[in-house]
Amino acid sequence: MTHSPLATYQPEQRALALIGGEATDANLRRYLHGIPGIDAVGLEARAADLGTRSIKTSSKRWAIDTIIGLIDLTTLEGADTPGKVRSLVAKALVPDPSDPGTPRVAAVCVYGDMVGTAVTALGSAHAAGGTEGINVAAVATAFPSGRASLAIKLADVRDSVAAGADEIDMVIDRGAFLAGRFGQVYEEIVAVKDACRRADGSMAHLKVILETGELNTYDNVRRASWLAILAGGDFIKTSTGKVAPAATLPVTLSMLEVVRDWHRLTGVRIGVKPAGGIRTSKDAIKYLVTVAETVGEEWLTPHLFRFGASSLLNDVLLQRQKMTTGHYSGPDYVTID
Amino acid sequence: MNRLAIPKTYKLYIGGKFPRSESGRVYEVLSHQGDFLANAAKGSRKDARDAVVAARSALGGWAGATAYNRGQVLYRIAELLEGRRAQFIDEIESCEGVNAAAASAQIDEAIDRWVWYAGWADKYVQVAGNANPVSGPFFNLSVPEPTGVVAIIAPQGGESLLGLVSAIAPALVAGNTVVVVANELAPLSAISLGEVLATSDVPGGVVNIVSGSPAEIAPWLASHADVNALDLVGAGDLDWVELQISAAETLKRVLPPESGADAAAPALSRILAFTELKTVWHTKAIL
Repeated sequence: MTHSPLATYQPEQRALALIGGEATDANLRRYLHGIPGIDAVGLEARAADLGTRSIKTSSKRWAIDTIIGLIDLTTLEGADTPGKVRSLVAKALVPDPSDPGTPRVAAVCVYGDMVGTAVTALGSAHAAGGTEGINVAAVATAFPSGRASLAIKLADVRDSVAAGADEIDMVIDRGAFLAGRFGQVYEEIVAVKDACRRADGSMAHLKVILETGELNTYDNVRRASWLAILAGGDFIKTSTGKVAPAATLPVTLSMLEVVRDWHRLTGVRIGVKPAGGIRTSKDAIKYLVTVAETVGEEWLTPHLFRFGASSLLNDVLLQRQKMTTGHYSGPDYVTID
Repeated sequence: MNRLAIPKTYKLYIGGKFPRSESGRVYEVLSHQGDFLANAAKGSRKDARDAVVAARSALGGWAGATAYNRGQVLYRIAELLEGRRAQFIDEIESCEGVNAAAASAQIDEAIDRWVWYAGWADKYVQVAGNANPVSGPFFNLSVPEPTGVVAIIAPQGGESLLGLVSAIAPALVAGNTVVVVANELAPLSAISLGEVLATSDVPGGVVNIVSGSPAEIAPWLASHADVNALDLVGAGDLDWVELQISAAETLKRVLPPESGADAAAPALSRILAFTELKTVWHTKAIL
């Protein structure tokens, strides 16, 4: 497939070429509101249809191991302690002590002040920019509300990056987005992306949380996805997990469609992370099917797709134990988180 | 003109709801003479799995209810059974081929047995528990507590309602939650009992009734790691030794099959079979 000349541009030039001028509110509004609207009924029907695939036996086995490898094992509670983060890391390293063949998760996701604890606990298993090992993701920019001044948000990001975070999960300013101040949202993402630069010049991965539960319409989700990608996000993520509804299959499908269109337009692959509300292997398998059918199986790598989840891992492990032992397992056979 | 009869489809009772089998299967329930009576859901291993999940999530509330409250709830079931007497008599007559007097006697006995077990709810602890004498300034108390989720293979022959009641009531008294595989050939009164439970004060998930083939479902319940005890009272025709072996893999309590007229006869021992004795030490107050 040949890409348009856009593929040869630098990222910033590319965004400006697409928007057709500087990233002002007016230009962005013209561009984002020019994107075709979403057929909500069709989208939900498509998502429901993708959710009916029957994945059994060896395919299910593959799906379960793939899911584990795509999980951002998350703890984002006010009551998080260093001990809780250490036990989360221990679980990320050895999800199922009864079966050493269980794959490791992709990353652990914690609040910024817990990054140091997580990095220390991971030790040599910390990916630290490499492709092997487990990443540390930190939520930043006044997570989950995003209600703070830009200076504080940027300090929050730099703090986490300096502490060794490999990935930054930022929240967009939904208030500004809903008020139509697209330029402000754009500039914020650009500034946060810049703050992801480490002392050695390498960059922490930037995931942009859209908090789709607060965006109200699929059209807004699509616009916010374009906006986040134009501004330089490496990943678009559905939710903080603190707002209901969190990730749903139709919302994730609509974001995957944006990612697919962006890849066709520029040849660049953007990641997607549904987060919150995915608790069972059955749900997670529906997401795998949706990814494979929308953007292709090559997206099913930790580099391009993640599940943000805490309780999902236990359910996946129960399913895995069922497949290994041949009988149903129970919550006594996985850790209490 | 003849009226077209509307036969009822008897569904499962899981988590306080009446779902069809996940597998979509049904089987025909026949009268004693071999005539079609009704379709009943033919439960699968996944229905049993869902039932165990429901039973597990209901356990905290049921085991945590006060013994007096549990007794009241169980007694209420007896009251409701009394009100549905005619329906049960009808089902028992057609399914088991007995006359109305025998069916009536069976439901009398079933109701009496509920009441008898309901009475034990706030008394069995006093009988089975103890304040142990120890050499030191301590109270040392042994108290029976519910085992957890109990899987039961209901008696398969003879009196279907009475057999079911005799098997589930003692497990409920102590605060266990129950997954029961109903009498395969005569499941109608079991599902009707589910309808009674659903309109009584028993929380959803405390009793889960799966109709279908015990031979198919029992091995999954016996090996299920989230089931704490297995009552094989009606498993005499199955390979129950094999079931015991797989239950031992996860250290379940197991009751063996019983047969004959006095199978699952009411006894305190049936209540205590699904309890665990907890012993606590506490310093005596210095007054």
